[in-house]
Amino acid sequence: MNIYADNAATTKMSRTAMNTMIKCMEETYGNPSSLYRTGQRAKEVLEEAREKVAKVINASPREILFTSGGSEADNQAILSAAALGLKKGKKHIISSAFEHHAVLHTLAKLEKEGFEITLLDVHEDGLVRPEELEKALREDTCLVTIMFANNEIGTIQPIRELGRICKEHGVIFHTDAVQAVGHIPIDVEADNIDMLSASAHKFHGPKGTGFLYTRKGIALTNLIEGGAQERGKRAGTENVPGIMAMAAALKEAADKMEQTSPYIKGMRDRLIAGLKEIPHSAINGDEEHRLPSNVNFCFEGIEGESLLLLLDEKGISASSGSACTSGSLDPSHVLLAIGRVHDVAHGSLRLSLGEDVTEEQVDYIIKSVGEVVEYLRSFSPVWRDLQSGKTQHIL
Amino acid sequence: MALYSDKVMDHFLHPRNVGVIEDANAVGEVGNAKCGDIMKMYLKIEDEIVKDVKFETFGCGSAIASSSMATELIKGKPVEEVMKLTNKAVAEALDGLPDYKMHCSVLAEEAIQSALEDYYKNNPAAKE
Ligand SMILES: Cc1ncc(COP(=O)(O)O)c(C=O)c1O
Repeated sequence: MNIYADNAATTKMSRTAMNTMIKCMEETYGNPSSLYRTGQRAKEVLEEAREKVAKVINASPREILFTSGGSEADNQAILSAAALGLKKGKKHIISSAFEHHAVLHTLAKLEKEGFEITLLDVHEDGLVRPEELEKALREDTCLVTIMFANNEIGTIQPIRELGRICKEHGVIFHTDAVQAVGHIPIDVEADNIDMLSASAHKFHGPKGTGFLYTRKGIALTNLIEGGAQERGKRAGTENVPGIMAMAAALKEAADKMEQTSPYIKGMRDRLIAGLKEIPHSAINGDEEHRLPSNVNFCFEGIEGESLLLLLDEKGISASSGSACTSGSLDPSHVLLAIGRVHDVAHGSLRLSLGEDVTEEQVDYIIKSVGEVVEYLRSFSPVWRDLQSGKTQHIL
Repeated sequence: MALYSDKVMDHFLHPRNVGVIEDANAVGEVGNAKCGDIMKMYLKIEDEIVKDVKFETFGCGSAIASSSMATELIKGKPVEEVMKLTNKAVAEALDGLPDYKMHCSVLAEEAIQSALEDYYKNNPAAKE
């Protein structure tokens, strides 16, 4: 059995996206900046792609900037809002403790430059509280950036409410929606979003392509200087095949969301129920406000990397927030942010399902995880101490 | 390229000398759960020879493989020789570890040293 259960890391490109990409490379290979027909045809398909993308999130095409992915969009959004703030002497930014590093590291850079950063608590359920945002807002706040859905534990933030508060206070609201776009409905108008980052490879589009939505009237700062592409806000000949494939993938995802979403949710809940049966385990993050595909657990007495390697041997691709898999000494900052202690955070497992997952596969995952956890515990000194009562169970 | 050498994977997937020795006369435990690695070594030493050795490990693939390899390297060896076991020897026997995983081999060396200390503490006479 071969089960790819790491769709939060990346997804396989859809057939539609692949076909679109190949067709584009064959037929519309011109440079959109060229004036002859081959170039202008490329320009046309580029703008069609922009319209498609805009429509999915209820934006206007002029508000969509194509980027190399989620990281670039996050960087540009935050640095642009900071530059606008600086002009008005506003140097305070609010975010959350468990953002993606594309956001956190950009904020750390700004902090060194004299900005003040407030990170909101995400509580044990992995959810930001709107009233805490309200309290944290100051006269000199120039940006609030809160992710739409967390990439590790899948919790969906109260975006509409957070956006409303920002709107009332006249503060720019950015959301890293990389994990949400193409998976749950998003409407930048209804949801009060000023800026939004997305990445194609998370919704069955190609890697290295993404977009930034920026509400009309908010000026962007360039990260890349050069030609006048993207209304002068991002230089470089456009990745036309990638962009076309992204638009096709997004449209496809949006069109079938209503039908796929309940199905994946059903599979997710089956998986969660099955994993809960493993003694001394716990789900990470709120169960209700959660991406349809995300499952994240901690298991006491074991370490995540060995769990992943053994699951790989059984044909299951998954991920973990253990230090060993992050290449650092600390386990995932997301799990620490929701209050998991180090010992337990090392034993985490994230399974992010695809829409083609079957009931049989879910049951195989449940069985396999159970076996591997039991096996690793059988020679874990940590587990021995927990069982003998020398140390106390937390989960 | 694979994350680990075939040797590491072999020892990780089929760890040797796993378990506990109930009447061990040298036990060492190093590491802590906070950092994500704990190794415990049980040695049965007779006539200054490591007659038997078993381990328990909480940790990543290379930690489990390092423990397993270390037990193989010391089983049946005179204590004098075991004292000289280095983390490098463990890593080399595994056909190398990624740089950021070298600490796993260090942990294996330390676990054995810690067990030997325990042995000398229990048998002060043995040291001379
Ligand atoms: C929440 C979140 N933000 C940003 C990114 C970065 O996106 P990209 O890989 O397209 O740069 C990712 C994916 O890794 C993500 O999950």
